[in-house]
Amino acid sequence: MTLETAAFAGVAVVLLAASLGVVLTPNLFHAVLYLAVALVATGGVFLLLEAPFLFGVQLLLYAGGVVTIVVFAIMLTERLAGQTIRQASRYLINGAVVSAAVFVGVMGFLLQAPLVAGRPPLTGDLTVAVGRALVGPFAVALELLGVLLVIALLGALYFARSEP
Amino acid sequence: MPLAAYLALAALVFAIGLFGVLTRRNAVGILLGIELMLNAVNINLVAFARFSGEVTGIVFTLFTIAITVAEVAVGLAIVIVIFRVRRTVEADHLDLLRG
Repeated sequence: MTLETAAFAGVAVVLLAASLGVVLTPNLFHAVLYLAVALVATGGVFLLLEAPFLFGVQLLLYAGGVVTIVVFAIMLTERLAGQTIRQASRYLINGAVVSAAVFVGVMGFLLQAPLVAGRPPLTGDLTVAVGRALVGPFAVALELLGVLLVIALLGALYFARSEP
Repeated sequence: MPLAAYLALAALVFAIGLFGVLTRRNAVGILLGIELMLNAVNINLVAFARFSGEVTGIVFTLFTIAITVAEVAVGLAIVIVIFRVRRTVEADHLDLLRG
């Protein structure tokens, strides 16, 4: 068992355990904390795939940003409710059957698909290549993304405004 | 590790997230499940990018991460407004548009 295999196994176990925690724990606040663990573990997967820049983005935007927003939302709704939000689940068996069916379907496709055997060696700095691609062939998409973020901000402001 | 290992891991996380979306009653819980599913897709994109030696998948991952953050901000704003108006975040109670 090589070091890479061991690292992958560790990250995968943490990621799967945290994901199960997100969907199974009855306390919503704990679910968000499990989500933070799962997101950091995903960052670990990015590191294993030799994308350290994405690891940083994952930590900053996802584990930092998204988790903070969700915690804020839970605290606001809890304060309004005046009680801890217990969340029950429903349709457990149906949900398990459907998601297991999706997993089996994806795996069936995956086992038949002709996948490349190994990863090609890295040529040059990947982050530099990403930056060049962002301002080269993907420049328009990047600008549109900026517009989208502004629209999302305005939308969130519109929803969050106080009643006149 | 082979590419299939990463794809299988992503498929598992996607299935777990789907389970969460289907079974959670709370709207915030459903959003968390969606986060897990989007995360699984990101793993797929980065794995394909690394194993094909192209940078496009990583650029797309950056886009999906940014779009997800926007989606979460708007989604949670909607949840908070719904809570203010209806005093509930149970997805089953939000059937105003049901015919």
